[in-house]
Amino acid sequence: MTDQHYNFAYLDEQTKRMIRRALLKAVALPGYQVPFASREMPMPYGWGTGGVQVTAATLTPDDTLKVIDQGADDTTNAVSIRKFFERTAGVATTTATAEASVIQTRHRIPEEDLTEDQILVYQVPIPEPLRFLEPRETETRKMHALEEYGAMHVKLYEDISRHGHIATAYAYPVKVEERYVMDPSPIPKFDNPKLESRALQLFGAGREHRIYALPPHTKAVSLDFDDHPFDPSKAPHPCGLCGAETSYLDEIITDDRGGRLFACSDTDFCARRRAAGHVGPALEAAL
Amino acid sequence: MSDVPALEGGFADPAREAAAAFRGLLGAMARPGRIEPCGGAVPPAPMSIAAGSALLVLCDPDTPLHLAGPFDTAELGDWVAFHTGAPLASASECRFAVGPWEALQPLDRFAMGTPEYPDRSATLIVEMADLAAHGARLTGPGIETEAFLSLPEIAAFETNRRAFPRGLDFILTKGCHVAALPRTTKVE
Repeated sequence: MTDQHYNFAYLDEQTKRMIRRALLKAVALPGYQVPFASREMPMPYGWGTGGVQVTAATLTPDDTLKVIDQGADDTTNAVSIRKFFERTAGVATTTATAEASVIQTRHRIPEEDLTEDQILVYQVPIPEPLRFLEPRETETRKMHALEEYGAMHVKLYEDISRHGHIATAYAYPVKVEERYVMDPSPIPKFDNPKLESRALQLFGAGREHRIYALPPHTKAVSLDFDDHPFDPSKAPHPCGLCGAETSYLDEIITDDRGGRLFACSDTDFCARRRAAGHVGPALEAAL
Repeated sequence: MSDVPALEGGFADPAREAAAAFRGLLGAMARPGRIEPCGGAVPPAPMSIAAGSALLVLCDPDTPLHLAGPFDTAELGDWVAFHTGAPLASASECRFAVGPWEALQPLDRFAMGTPEYPDRSATLIVEMADLAAHGARLTGPGIETEAFLSLPEIAAFETNRRAFPRGLDFILTKGCHVAALPRTTKVE
């Protein structure tokens, strides 16, 4: 039931028009960060205000919404955003990836392949991939305009000279359609190959007032070197609960004697596999 | 009461109808060549339902609007003023322009954005006599292999694409349907 004290999907219509204009320009300029007049939301910056504003401007009453935080449907951030839209938009919600038409995510791409009828909305903390190399917005904007991305390659090179490999493990930069270098938000680099998707991907950074997008079937190439090719690595373990060999894993400390469990970060994917009868080594040992 | 038509034809349920119409526009822009529904508003003739709905979704007092050629009528001006509050502007100063393809020429009058802010370019809403999935071949972001769309011409879109990342974006309307052509699409 929609809370009648609020407009549909919380935001007022003029704010939605402003966000919708930014979204269309973002889609027309893949990987380019469109400034937008980010609003105060009834949650603090850092809790997904950018993603929430993009979702609010995108949702229709017929949508089914899924919200994940680091792959999980049942963490505080995911639960509260899901409840926020249940209350203000009255939309159906789900935890099943395949049943959702809009998925808002913090720091993961679902394991299950997305379809062309789905929209993935990312919560982004720092949208500017060059920000830690150049703190001035006036300069980074010029660097994007001039396609001056040498500094980013120097950073990756310094990784190699210091660690022997590219040590960037999350928020790994990609080049979109051979033009803009883009921060895919702090997803693990394991997820980078999934950025080339059948689904439309929208990125919202509330505190930083930026919206950007990847249309479906858009090239997003992880930056690398010929002799140090991009490697979407993951922990060399199967999931302890469902035994999946190919999913991204969280490391969970289970006691104070060094015990640990590796389990799928995508809770829906893991639960589905277990429901289908898959049993991982940790679960097997406990039986 | 000549003002009455201007007061009619808006969204009956603005938040929900605008959301549905926007999803049509978003789907069209994300997948160039795909024809999506876009309706809800009923503007005075000769503007289509889709073009009128797109204006109601996107335009407000922050967006100067250019009514081109046969769309530059007092009746449409009143309708737009009442429902969106968008100030009417010349081609060079507008953020959105609406009209038939011929009336929008020449395209170099419109803002193309700057190298630093390529998003500050005009979006042209082109009223089409025909909108169908045949004709010019489209490739680029949003298109898996290729798409086809009945376009009024090809050269203008190629000139526009070569200016990337600067450039115009096009929303093509007919009846209650839209397609879109962002500046990234290669047209042959």
